[in-house]
Amino acid sequence: MTANSADEGFVVFDRVQKSYDGEILVVKDLNLNIAKGEFLTMLGPSGSGKTTCLMMLAGFETATHGDIRLAGKPINNIPPHKRGIGMVFQNYALFPHMTVGENLSFPLEVRNMGQSEREAKVKRALDMVQMGDFAGRRPTQLSGGQQQRIALARALVFDAELVLMDEPLGALDKQLREHMQFEIKHIHESLGITVVYVTHDQSEALTMSDRIAVFNDGVIQQLAPPADLYERPENAFVAQFIGENNTLNGVVTAINDGIADVKFDNGQMTQALAVNCGGVGSRTTLSIRPERIVLNASGSANGVDAEVLEVIYLGDHIRCRMNVHGNEDFVVKVPNSAEKLALEKGSRTNVSWETQDCRALDG
Amino acid sequence: MTDATDASGNLLAADGTPLKKKLGQALFRSRLRAFGLTVPLLLLILLAFVLPVTTFLKQAVYNPQFEKHMPNLTPLLADWDAVSEPDEAMYAALVADLVLNKKNKTIGKVASRVNREYSGTRSLFTGSARKAKKLKPPYKEALIKAKPKWDNIEVWKAMKIAGKSWTPAFVASAVDLKYTADGSIERKQEDRRVHLKLFARTMRIAVIVMLAGLVLGYPVAYLLSTLPARSSNMLLILVLLPFWTSLLVRTTAWIAMLQGQGVLNDLFVLFGLASDEDRFSLIYNETGTLIAMTHILLPFMILPLYSVMKTIPPSYVRAARSMGATQWTAFWRVYFPQTIPGIGAGGILVFILAISFYITPALVGGQDGTMISNFIDFHMRKSLNWSLASAMGLVLLVIVLFLYWIYDKVVGIDNMKLG
Repeated sequence: MTANSADEGFVVFDRVQKSYDGEILVVKDLNLNIAKGEFLTMLGPSGSGKTTCLMMLAGFETATHGDIRLAGKPINNIPPHKRGIGMVFQNYALFPHMTVGENLSFPLEVRNMGQSEREAKVKRALDMVQMGDFAGRRPTQLSGGQQQRIALARALVFDAELVLMDEPLGALDKQLREHMQFEIKHIHESLGITVVYVTHDQSEALTMSDRIAVFNDGVIQQLAPPADLYERPENAFVAQFIGENNTLNGVVTAINDGIADVKFDNGQMTQALAVNCGGVGSRTTLSIRPERIVLNASGSANGVDAEVLEVIYLGDHIRCRMNVHGNEDFVVKVPNSAEKLALEKGSRTNVSWETQDCRALDG
Repeated sequence: MTDATDASGNLLAADGTPLKKKLGQALFRSRLRAFGLTVPLLLLILLAFVLPVTTFLKQAVYNPQFEKHMPNLTPLLADWDAVSEPDEAMYAALVADLVLNKKNKTIGKVASRVNREYSGTRSLFTGSARKAKKLKPPYKEALIKAKPKWDNIEVWKAMKIAGKSWTPAFVASAVDLKYTADGSIERKQEDRRVHLKLFARTMRIAVIVMLAGLVLGYPVAYLLSTLPARSSNMLLILVLLPFWTSLLVRTTAWIAMLQGQGVLNDLFVLFGLASDEDRFSLIYNETGTLIAMTHILLPFMILPLYSVMKTIPPSYVRAARSMGATQWTAFWRVYFPQTIPGIGAGGILVFILAISFYITPALVGGQDGTMISNFIDFHMRKSLNWSLASAMGLVLLVIVLFLYWIYDKVVGIDNMKLG
């Protein structure tokens, strides 16, 4: 999906920088191509610059440097109301002095649309979010989930091709949030709109997105589809931020055919996939997912004897905290299978993993 | 287990008493304690506010001076038809009362009461009282001989009006009407109609001050609500600064600013906006009152507006903008309607304070900048016509309550936010 200059994306950030105070760059040299119809999520901890990027795209913040292009046109100097971008806000921002119907009708009124056309569009948008009977209500009479649907309908009612969502599900409880994730995804698919979605919730990002841009410190750390992001993180931040992760620190002693030999501080050696680890002699962070670790496998290359520090029973699986190569927070997920493993606190067991599952990343 | 109920279906407590009664007993002590805490304030308000105000307002419709000091004549006047000539019995009663008043030294009170209804009769009473003791029957001829003015039926009509202790005369007078001896109400002579003009001017000044406060205060309140906390606190202190200065000082400061040789006029002359001989008269007129009052009342407009605006998240306007609204449409259709509770609260606060403003118009108002409260003060301290002063206060109160009622109908009191 990466686009070259001839086949540019629908939304393009071209070397965009943003600073509020002239001293600190909140967004550093952002380059991003978003294809038409794509669902792209900006994921990152708070203060990582993701919301600032969204606000620049919506027109509420101006880029300090660089171009933002929408459908090939630079929009830096176009005021927000002429951009035609739908937006769903964190607190929904439904106008409390208007009914639901009036809220939805508002963007059509400011476009001088006729009344019959307005009514038809409002009805269609409300039906789309299954809120057809609520046109006469006030936003304050609705539950959080219902308000969220109305906010969504309002962003869609004027047929925007690009819809921005700023942590729209943040205020909902877990169950409703998961339900709405699917609903938003379905609407995105059926309408073919482009969605730029901001969240700090990684499971939300993984569930909904075509691609995820992981932000940290004003820089996109990695831009990839959800599965790639989880299984093939390119640096230590992404590995740590997405999903559960075990890290081990060591020094690269040799690299052969993309496999790095890593020496731990206690002198022991292991092999890992050389992803982003620098040359021989540089420090590296090894990343291994807890579910890729095998206990008591005989004859594995990367095996090591480890002490069990804590065992937590979680029904479908057992979490086991161990001391591996000096890391006392090394977590292993053991499936709760028929051949139950006798794991006890204080016992020692062999821990191993495939070389392919251990990624040597930046130190 | 089902809950126990009595014959009529009321829930019963565990010991068999009705649950409601039990609850009432349980809450009684805490209610009593809560009430006890408010008693001192309640007493203070009753004794120092409600009681004096009602007593004073009563004077607007109740003035017993004449009835109290003229016990013989008053019943006869009440029966008199105010058309026929007063008969000998009435003259006899009048003489008897005059003698009584001379003895009690109360003739002055009676004289001023009648004088309010028919001016120029003060000396008639005091003079006649001095001679009353020597008069012999028939009293009618004797009195008219002593003071020919007693033959004037208007004097008797005035006495008939004054003889009614419960009287609409003062309230009527407060709104430029005249209560006549035969019980009808007519308009005052044109040259004596001053109060309605004064009420109208008071209303006009209050409305202008309110609107000026809104126009000046709205942007300030908006700025306050959108600035970062540090700068907005600083600005808020500047807004509140006038409260830390005495009202008198602020008003006199305006005199220094606005007077003929004042700062503002000097600046106008300096920049050639006015010639040195022909300076603007900015003070001791309505302009001065308006400027000073707007300044003094501005914080009362800004604070309610600010407290309402602070609760409006910026995402509303952003949402409107993202939906295609221009800045003006977003303001007018989305932001402004949500500030109406603040406008209502600030407006009604400023209006009610402005309508009863006293010191400022007294100091900078001159002739055409005075307001109704200055007139009330005049009747309280100069003309000593407390009944009229109280009647004017009553009219003012009724107007304010009426406007409040209209506001409730149009905007709704529930919609008002003071903070």
